[in-house]
Amino acid sequence: MSAITPTRPSKPAPRNPKQPLRKLRSATGSRRVFLHTVLIGVAIVMLYPLLWMLSSSLKPDTEIFTQPGLVPGSLRPENYSEGWSGSGNSFSLYITNSLIVTIGAVIGNVISCSLAAYAFARFEFRGKKIWFGLMLGTLMLPTQAVLIPQYTIFYNLTWINTFLPLIVPKFLAVDAFFIFLMVQFIRSIPRELDQAAMMDGANPFQIYWKIILPLMKPALITTTIFTFIWTYDDFLHQLVYLQQNDKFTVPLGLTLFLDQTSGSSYGAMFAMSTLALLPTLICFLIFQKRLVEGLATSGMKG
Amino acid sequence: MTVAKSGEVVEEQAAPATPSDQRERDRMRRRLARRRGGGWWPYAFLAPWFIGLFGLTVYPMLASLYLSFTDFDLLTPARWVGVDNYDKMFTQDPVFWDSVHATLLYVVVSVPLKLALALGVAMLLNRDLRGIGLYRAAFYLPSLLGGAVAIAIVWRQVFGGDGLFNDFLAWFGIEGQDWISSPDTAIYTLILLAVWQFGTPMVIFLAGLKQLPKDVYEAAAIDGVTPVTRFFRITLPLLTPIVFFNVVLQIIDAFKTFTPAFVISNGSGGPLNSTMLYSLYLYKKGFTDLQMGYASALAWVLFLVIAGFTAVNFIASRYWVHYDD
Repeated sequence: MSAITPTRPSKPAPRNPKQPLRKLRSATGSRRVFLHTVLIGVAIVMLYPLLWMLSSSLKPDTEIFTQPGLVPGSLRPENYSEGWSGSGNSFSLYITNSLIVTIGAVIGNVISCSLAAYAFARFEFRGKKIWFGLMLGTLMLPTQAVLIPQYTIFYNLTWINTFLPLIVPKFLAVDAFFIFLMVQFIRSIPRELDQAAMMDGANPFQIYWKIILPLMKPALITTTIFTFIWTYDDFLHQLVYLQQNDKFTVPLGLTLFLDQTSGSSYGAMFAMSTLALLPTLICFLIFQKRLVEGLATSGMKG
Repeated sequence: MTVAKSGEVVEEQAAPATPSDQRERDRMRRRLARRRGGGWWPYAFLAPWFIGLFGLTVYPMLASLYLSFTDFDLLTPARWVGVDNYDKMFTQDPVFWDSVHATLLYVVVSVPLKLALALGVAMLLNRDLRGIGLYRAAFYLPSLLGGAVAIAIVWRQVFGGDGLFNDFLAWFGIEGQDWISSPDTAIYTLILLAVWQFGTPMVIFLAGLKQLPKDVYEAAAIDGVTPVTRFFRITLPLLTPIVFFNVVLQIIDAFKTFTPAFVISNGSGGPLNSTMLYSLYLYKKGFTDLQMGYASALAWVLFLVIAGFTAVNFIASRYWVHYDD
C-alpha cells in the first residue's frame, strides 16, 4: 500500500487544512442522518403489524377495521378476559400444557445433545467421521419426511393425545442443530482441563459433569432459549399429536378462534394472539444479544 | 522401535528394560490408547442419539419408503400396491400439481427477495452507528416470532378485505381488495410474510461482513473504487461462503413452510389451492384423509426434491463460492 500512495498523480495542495476536514465530517454527518432515516423507516414497517395487533387487542370490534390508527378511540380491556375464557377451555389450561411440553423439551435437549456433543468433541472412535456426517445430514432432513412413520410408532405405543411424542424425542437428541452448536463450543474449551482432571483420576463422565457442562453454560443457555421458542411455536407436531381440547397447547387454542371468527369477537382473538407471543417476546427482550450472537456464530463456523 | 523406515538400525537410548518395567510401560501405553479411543465411553454418551437416529430417523425413513408403496389408513394393515401412489400422484392428482406450483412459486420468489433484503440491511447496519443494537433487534424480532400461529392470524387480518394493508394503499388512492381470498394474490401474502422474516440470514450476513479484511477496502478506497464496484468485486465475492450457507438453509426452510399456509387458509390451502404448500397437502392427505401410504409417497418426493436442490446447490457452489484457504 505504501507503494501506491507516493505515486498518486495529483496531490491536493494543503491550502486550508481545516476545510477539507470539516467538509468530510459534515458529509458523513448528513449520510448518518440519511442512514438513520432509512433504518427507522424499515424498523417501523417491520414492527407495525405487531403494534397493530397490540392496538387491535384493546379496541372494540367495531373499531378494529374501521379506525386504522394505532391509538384506540376507546379502550376495551375486556377483550383479554373474554378471550382468556372464551374458546372451549380456559387459556390457562393451554398455557399450562404449553409449559409442560416446552420445559420437557428443553430438559431433554440440554441433556441428550450435550452428551452427544461431548462424545463427538472429545473422543476418537471407529466411524466417528461417518457418524458426525450423518448427524449433520439429519440437519437437512425435513421433519415432514419422517412424520407419518413416527406417527405410527407413537400410535402403536398409544402415545397419541399425550405430550410424550412431543417430549420423548428431545431426550433422544433429534435436534442435531444443538449438537452441532455444542460441539463447536466444546472444541473451544482447552483439552488441558480434561487431562488435568484425568490425572486426578476422574472418569469421562465426571469430566463431562464437573468440567465441560459448567464451562459450556453459554451454549446451554442458547439451546434452552431456542428450544423453548421453537417448541412453543411448533404448530405442526402439536396439531398432529394432540387431539382433544383438554390437551391443547397455546397455538392450538389460538386456532379455535379461527373457526369462530365468522360472527364473533376479533378483539378477543387479537388479545389472545398478543398473549401467545408474550413468552417469546420476554425471552427475546432478556436474551436479545445472546440469541443474535448464538445464531451468528453457529452460522459462521459451518 | 529399532528399525526405521529406511532400514537403518537406530540405537536404542534407554537402558534394557527389566520385565516389570516392560509390563508397566505396556500398561501405560494401553491406558493411553484407551483414553484417546475412550473404549465404550463415547458409545455410552452417544446412546440416546443412536436410539434417536435409528428409531426416529433411519427406521422411519425406511418405513416411509415401504409405506409409500402401500395403501395404509393406520387402522387396517398396509396393503402393497406397488407404484400406484406415485403413478396417481404424477398422472391423476391435479391437487398435487397445484401444491407443487404453489410451493415452487413460494420458494423461487421468497428466497431471493428475503436474501437480498437481508444482505442489503446487513450492509446498512455494518458500520459504527448509534443504536445499531436496537435496529438489529427490531429487524430480527419478526424472524423469531415468524413461526407462531399468532403471527399468521395477524397476517390474515392485515391482508383481509378491510385490513391494515388496504388502509395503507388507500393513502395512495389505490383501491384494495381481499388479498387473502383472491387466488391470484393469496400466495403473495405468504411470500411477503416470509420476506418480512429476513432477520435470521441478516444476522448471519452481518457476522460475515464484520470478518471481511479491512485492508482490502483501504486499498480499494485509495484506488478510488466506486461503491458499486466495491460491492460486486470485493464484498460479494468474499461473502460467497455465507451467501451459500444462507441460500441452502433458506431453501430447505421454505420447502418446509406449514403454519402460515394452514392458518391463513384455515387449513384448506385455498382459494383454489393457491396456498396449498406441499407440507400442508402432505398433512391433509395423511391426517385429514388418513391416506398415509399416499402421504408417505408425498413425503419421499419432498425429501428427494430437497436433497436434489441441496445437491445442485453444493455442485453449483464450486463455480461461484470462493474460500480463501
